[in-house]
Amino acid sequence: MAGEQTRKPKPQEEEAVQAEEAKTSQENSADVDDLLDEIDEVLEQNAEEFVRSYVQKGGE
Amino acid sequence: MAFPKICGIETEYGISVRDTSEFNPILTSSLLINAYAKPAFKRVKWDYEEENPLRDARGFERPGAELPAEDETGLVNVILPNGARYYVDHAHPEYSSPECSNPRDVVIWDKAGERILEDSIRSAKEIVPDSQTVLIYKHNSDGKGNSYGCHENYLVDRQTPFPNLVKHLIPFFVSRQVFTGAGKVGVENGADACDYQISQRADFFEVEVGLETTFKRPIINTRDEPHADPEVYRRLHVIVGDANMSEIATYLKVGSTALMLKMIEDDYIADDFALAEPVAAIKAVSHDPSCKQSFKLWDGRSITAVELQWEYLRLAKKYAQENLSDDAITSDVLERWESVLERLERDPMMLSRELDWVAKLSVLEGYRDRDGLSWDHPKLRLVDLQYHDVRRDKGLYHKLQKTGRFETLVSEDEIAFAVDHPPEDTRAYFRGECLRRFSEKIVAASWDALIFDLGDEPLRKVPTLDPTRGTKDRVQALFDRSPDPATLIANLSSS
Repeated sequence: MAGEQTRKPKPQEEEAVQAEEAKTSQENSADVDDLLDEIDEVLEQNAEEFVRSYVQKGGE
Repeated sequence: MAFPKICGIETEYGISVRDTSEFNPILTSSLLINAYAKPAFKRVKWDYEEENPLRDARGFERPGAELPAEDETGLVNVILPNGARYYVDHAHPEYSSPECSNPRDVVIWDKAGERILEDSIRSAKEIVPDSQTVLIYKHNSDGKGNSYGCHENYLVDRQTPFPNLVKHLIPFFVSRQVFTGAGKVGVENGADACDYQISQRADFFEVEVGLETTFKRPIINTRDEPHADPEVYRRLHVIVGDANMSEIATYLKVGSTALMLKMIEDDYIADDFALAEPVAAIKAVSHDPSCKQSFKLWDGRSITAVELQWEYLRLAKKYAQENLSDDAITSDVLERWESVLERLERDPMMLSRELDWVAKLSVLEGYRDRDGLSWDHPKLRLVDLQYHDVRRDKGLYHKLQKTGRFETLVSEDEIAFAVDHPPEDTRAYFRGECLRRFSEKIVAASWDALIFDLGDEPLRKVPTLDPTRGTKDRVQALFDRSPDPATLIANLSSS
């Protein structure tokens, strides 16, 4: 299993990893903002009414 | 030796009409299918003769139950040139893929179904007023307690005792949700409250084993309708899965389940992972997006869904090494299965580019962070719904995929080809090619037969009882020698 193969990182490696993670996290949040803007453009209007009126009959 | 795992997926799609709650879902589904199907294929009737959804795999027929009235099931029912069935089931349009020989082909022909529904919306636009756009969702629940299915079907050896399937598949189905789930905001059907859950379907399962599909839903469905030689084959009808947008989720769902079935047929699994409370466990797994909650096995051990999947993967790897060493797709399934489990164990959010429930959760969390929305905000329910919109310019899954945020497995060219062509290595090839070449002389068809009307009496029935035959390899020469249906029938009779 994955957990068994990981070795303990040295302190300087840990710092580098943390810096890398911080950078990735910033990039990720910028990407999420872009994505949400793009989704906003296609999302149906009037969410409350749209969701309320979506009713299906059971199937199978 | 295990049987080849011929498999397919049937999906009931959610249907709605924009800006009106006053629509009839049965008529709208019929209109959609009629608008899509070419006149030549609409003529060919579905042949119900061999069907009996009340026959039970445990060896009896349910007494006192009535088959649905003819006008309910027989409304619109077409067979497509790719070998699929496209029809109205209850109040939904349903696409049943043709029989496929491997999980990658299942992905291709399942995606072809999405394109067919999308195309149907476009065709229906020419008939209905502009104000009434038909909306189609590939998912399993309306969020208000109504569920509809995405069923997988696998060809299984009739000799395999049904209790062995039950014993091993219940723990497998309960735990596989961690990669097959399509994600859902909230709960339904009286389940304990939670904000977001992994599966759309888990809340609806109430018993372990049973024949029903529309109420008291069982984790293992016992419908015994092989659509093939009943002496040799069983068709395992799996109703517990979610409808996936993710190609990787469909691939892993079918690939891992097919491997499980091979191991069960070969009596390979010695371990007993029977769950203490399967119906409670299926909900507990679904309600835990951290994938860390454990549940009890029958023998008292505690285990998480991911740990249980590791056990099945370990067995499947060993089984494949000993029995299926030269199968490239199996090797690929095993590698992906392992890679997905590793990340589910470390941090499930690492799978936001591969699994539906994770991708959806990450978009929802984005909205919650940016707009400060609580979990009961209607916008989050809208995101949940629109993730499954089949239109490639509106669906949120498609948005993620088109902007490089979701991985795919097959090419758009392969999907486009599968819209009009059958798989070449199952009996679907014979069905699809007959329809493509001779539809004017075919009066009816089903999974296991084609009925020709050559103008003279009587009608000629060509049975296709073995799903592994009727492949391109076996029938190409026959088609080459048969320029018309009469010659085809003559050649079949003489061979």
